[in-house]
Amino acid sequence: MNSSSAEIFTLHQSPQKNTESIIEINNLKISFGQQEVLKDVSFNLHKGENLVVLGKSGSGKSVLIKCITKLLQPDYGKITVLGEDVNSLEGKKLAELRKKIGFLFQSGALYDSMTVKENLEFPLSRMEQKFTKEEKYEKVISVLENVGLKDAVNKMPSELSGGMRKRIALARTLIVDPVIMLYDEPTTGLDPLTSREISKLINEVQQKYHTSSVIITHDMDCAKETGDRALILKDGTILAEGKLEELENSDDAWIKAFFGKT
Amino acid sequence: MGSYKYSSRAKDKTTFFSEIGNIAVFSGRTLRYTFSFPFEFREFLKQCYAIGNLSLGLVAITGAIMGIVLTIQSRPVLSDFGAEAMLPQMVAVSIVREIGPVITALICAGKVGSGMGAELGSMKVTEQIDAMEVSATLPIKYLVVTRVLAATLMVPILVVFADALGLLGSWVGTNIKGSVNIVLFFSHAFSSLDFIDLVPALIKSFFFGAVIGLIGCYKGYTAGKGTESVGVAANSAVVLSSLLIIIVDLVAVQITDLML
Repeated sequence: MNSSSAEIFTLHQSPQKNTESIIEINNLKISFGQQEVLKDVSFNLHKGENLVVLGKSGSGKSVLIKCITKLLQPDYGKITVLGEDVNSLEGKKLAELRKKIGFLFQSGALYDSMTVKENLEFPLSRMEQKFTKEEKYEKVISVLENVGLKDAVNKMPSELSGGMRKRIALARTLIVDPVIMLYDEPTTGLDPLTSREISKLINEVQQKYHTSSVIITHDMDCAKETGDRALILKDGTILAEGKLEELENSDDAWIKAFFGKT
Repeated sequence: MGSYKYSSRAKDKTTFFSEIGNIAVFSGRTLRYTFSFPFEFREFLKQCYAIGNLSLGLVAITGAIMGIVLTIQSRPVLSDFGAEAMLPQMVAVSIVREIGPVITALICAGKVGSGMGAELGSMKVTEQIDAMEVSATLPIKYLVVTRVLAATLMVPILVVFADALGLLGSWVGTNIKGSVNIVLFFSHAFSSLDFIDLVPALIKSFFFGAVIGLIGCYKGYTAGKGTESVGVAANSAVVLSSLLIIIVDLVAVQITDLML
């Protein structure tokens, strides 16, 4: 944590499964025009943990995980992912790192012009390891079974419901066996039942694939179900970090309001 | 690296010169990745089919009507000068040198350019381009290079097709008032055409194709957020590529004139 950020307070020593840092973010700043979105953000993601990032809409949560994959270039700060300085990576090295990161977009971001099978085969065809048609198909079926949608293999994304799209998008990230998972509002726009299924799936992914995850959400149920530790982003800085139930019982008025306790 | 570089620029108040600069940078990147391996051959073939085969009907109908109309409109004027026999030659030179390439390119700007702008714009809005990038794929290589190359290759082929249908339409137009043997018509038409008529027209068609592909992709790739920007991308792709086609044509005519 950055000690210069006076507002930040740690409520709980997080239940780190392993203290090895998978992602280290130091003094991250990014602005768009005159608007400073992230002001001085620092945190670590430890091996095997699910870190939930909470905050109001527009607080910079999605920007934060886009910086981790260098979809956005920060103005200042250092991002280290699996020991690599992300900002200095280009070309093949950046591509190699990205292959180890699974990114579940808010909208699912399935390729509209491709079938589910083609969507899932796409990242496989980008791997250096070449797969035969049969091997690709086996992998596709295997990840589809993991997300419970084996029958959707030949469907187009437009034929799928919101929840199914999210599951397929998750399967697409899992097919390359990622080390890190980044979830951008995985339950947004879904009914409570499907949201719970997605949350359950996130936990299953962590257990089965041994991933370390950053989960961006403002769905408290999803946060409680999936998070080992949580950060609250407010006005581009980390307001609080710790175990979710302790954050919930915080005396801070803003946090209380955020959790709907006032 | 990513698509956001362009989008954040596009979000700023875009001036005329910054837009030109952005298009130049985008074209430079496209050119650079055109010559880097591996080449996305399957996507290139898919785009060739989409641009070439799926535009064939529209280009054929337009080409034929163009020939008929040009013949019907020119006939009375030539008749006044007692030069009605020159009709096939005049129509052939007009179609091959100018009307065929420009009209075909403008039609492709409308159909193909807007399609590219809308498709890439929609992919941008729904984060599909970002998803491609985090899958360790360069979207500019996979989406842009393939489309620009396909348009560059397919537009000249469509121009040749439109020229042929235009001449056939002209023969039909000639036969509306009178009767001319098809062999005689084409023999007259081709007698006026030289190598110098065909080559510059074909060369400029390649440039028209490149302009359509580049502008369509640029507008889609730099689309803003929200569904409205998809429409804006498609619309501005057509407007800008049509304008650039006319400018490229002007330059090409001047160069050809100097060479003759």
